Amino acid sequence: MGAFICLTAISANYLLSFGERILEYFVQQLINGLTLGSIYGLIAIGYTMVYGIIGMINFAHGDIFMVGSFISLILIVALGLTAAAGMWTIIFVLLFVLVVSMVLTATWGWAVERIAYRPLRGSFRLAPLITAIGMSIVLQNFVQISQGARNKSIQPLVTGGHDVMVNAETGFSAYLSNIQILIMTVTVVLMFGFTFLINKTSLGRSQRACEQDTKMASLLGVNVDRTISLTFIMGAALASVAGVMFLLYYGVVDFYIGFLAGVKAFTAAVLGGIGSLPGAMLGGLLIGLIETFWSGYFSVEYKDVAAFSILAIVLIFMPSGLLGKPEVEKV
Amino acid sequence: MGSVTDVNQYDDSLLIKSLKEAVIAGFITFLMAAILIGVKSEIAIGGIELKYRWGALFAAAGIAAAGRFVLSYLFWGRDTKVGDYLDKGLNGLSGATSGMGKIIPIALLALAILLPFLLMQAVPAQARYYLDIATVVLIYVMLGWGLNIVVGLAGLLDLGYVAFYAVGAYSYALLATTFGLSFWICLPLAGILAGFWGVILGFPVLRLRGDYLAIVTLAFGEIIRVVLLNWYEVTGGPDGISRIPRPSFFGLADFKRGDSGFAALFDIPYSPMHRIIFLYFLILALALLTNWITNRLRRLPLGRAWEALREDEIACRSLGINTTNTKLSAFAIGAMFGGIAGSFFATRQGFISPESFTFIESAIILAIVVLGGLGSQIGVVVAAIVLIGGTEIFRNLEEYRMLVFGLGMVLVMIWKPRGLVSTRIPSVFLKERKAVSADLVAQGEGH
Repeated sequence: MGAFICLTAISANYLLSFGERILEYFVQQLINGLTLGSIYGLIAIGYTMVYGIIGMINFAHGDIFMVGSFISLILIVALGLTAAAGMWTIIFVLLFVLVVSMVLTATWGWAVERIAYRPLRGSFRLAPLITAIGMSIVLQNFVQISQGARNKSIQPLVTGGHDVMVNAETGFSAYLSNIQILIMTVTVVLMFGFTFLINKTSLGRSQRACEQDTKMASLLGVNVDRTISLTFIMGAALASVAGVMFLLYYGVVDFYIGFLAGVKAFTAAVLGGIGSLPGAMLGGLLIGLIETFWSGYFSVEYKDVAAFSILAIVLIFMPSGLLGKPEVEKV
Repeated sequence: MGSVTDVNQYDDSLLIKSLKEAVIAGFITFLMAAILIGVKSEIAIGGIELKYRWGALFAAAGIAAAGRFVLSYLFWGRDTKVGDYLDKGLNGLSGATSGMGKIIPIALLALAILLPFLLMQAVPAQARYYLDIATVVLIYVMLGWGLNIVVGLAGLLDLGYVAFYAVGAYSYALLATTFGLSFWICLPLAGILAGFWGVILGFPVLRLRGDYLAIVTLAFGEIIRVVLLNWYEVTGGPDGISRIPRPSFFGLADFKRGDSGFAALFDIPYSPMHRIIFLYFLILALALLTNWITNRLRRLPLGRAWEALREDEIACRSLGINTTNTKLSAFAIGAMFGGIAGSFFATRQGFISPESFTFIESAIILAIVVLGGLGSQIGVVVAAIVLIGGTEIFRNLEEYRMLVFGLGMVLVMIWKPRGLVSTRIPSVFLKERKAVSADLVAQGEGH
């Protein structure tokens, strides 16, 4: 904790050096961080759900996110959607793109589970980890071959925004763009939908049962294979939403975006306490905030180091993450 | 007669079932490929241009359906499985390794020692190419043996092993280019420095277990890479370090043309192959040293403590084993070998940059250890030859190489989840050395 306090003290000191624009600049970083964090959170949910049920790191999940991003890019170009279209057209077409991309990406998620993980169910723990790494290599190289290695960009679709706070003296303003509003809204809606799904529906009940005890759940008539498949499908669908949001926000994708986003999202899931849905979202937001604040106040180059260091520090003092259940070992 | 109709009925229903599965497989592949294979996005002026490839799309779906049909109809539905034959062959191999005692390792060793001479005799024109591949395979064998101490013996899942490889490589490169130290002084220094980094990075993660440990080691690996990439004044950033000195012949001679050269020392005609062969033998010796030290350590109390730790940490602690020291020593010794391999890599390449130390390298080394069969020394050799040598054959396929590599990893793992060599030789025994099935030991659970 000492290091953390020290860090806070340093950053507080640093903030002061920005003079009058301090508050506006701070708010701007907050908005950017929350947007990035929402994307990480959406991916992190996929990691945490899979981990909760079968206890494995699905290393290919970041690449599923990349696949979703590519599918939506091609759909948007194929439909000829540009910012010149009317607001309602854009909304309806984007909704269509989102749904199609979710369905197609979900098939990828399902197929990865069926091919690489299901044959190894009940095997020892490192085996699915290796196939997951293998699948991640396969997906990256497949997309590189089929779509080319150069990065693809589109013109921004959702434009415009609002000044939330303007500094009268320096003229610096904190800007909340429409796309940021969209990303945060979609994330919040999906979070509520998901919490409902897990807590109230029979599918969610089977998932929670499998999470507690797979063998017992199957004895009580829960179709474990089907539940696991559905978990992968839901995780992939959420990753594809994150992929669409990433594309709309940054406007550029390549075959390699999945790796770093995946590692960050997994870091987020671990930070929040792996296996916990609110934890994944909280972890995602924290990682997003740490990254943007570090880039905004210190250095862009070392933003990954900052995120990973915070992860290490948190885990050393809270080995099961922020919201995770502490592991009780029975002897 | 009755039995014949039974067989026919069995075939009919199997046929229909296989056809159904084939249609489903084709349909799912169609969905998956619809966008990513069916459409290609190309960069054009003013945006992206799409090219439609319906032929490739239907071909992909067709291949998937046909493949699924063949698998379901000819293999999966039948009583005899194709995997059984493969299993028999491989069990023969691992049975032979335990049954025939030390014959196979000795045969492999003899082959490894004779390889340069055989190649020079058989294919003088391509000898250099094949020796380069063999050298790369041996680097991975050494890294695999180093990581085997951490993952296979101590059961600590380390996803950032490449960090120590990088520390070793940069240690040698910096010591040699700034202080002009010789390779033979830097080699142990690089090992010691990497070992220290093993302790430094190992210390904070002592309390973590399983996947938490995995992600933190991965994070450390990335941190080291990012620092190497951005600390421009020292590491040269993305430009890396070039003009790293080549190793000398134990300080007696170099491998250049002239009076101070290796050829002049032994009074033989100069050949550029001398350096290649020397490097090959150097990494072979280093790898064998790693193996020898590991095998000796396994019999010492320290090595036995590692394996006990892998099986049950609580039992370990209750028996009075200092788990902190045991874990740290595993990290440090594994890291040391990684560092030594790294400095060899630096001197062989003559140029290093952070690009050589990405996560994918850690993943490949871990894959070699797991595919070989955790804790099995000979398994690492087999897996390194299969993975590294195997993908080298596909080098002509250029961009398809890594795709084949990934698929190979998945398929071998599904076929042999416990690794290629899945029998264990106990380090301590009463009367007779009996091989133990890998299913009986708790490997790499990350306690």
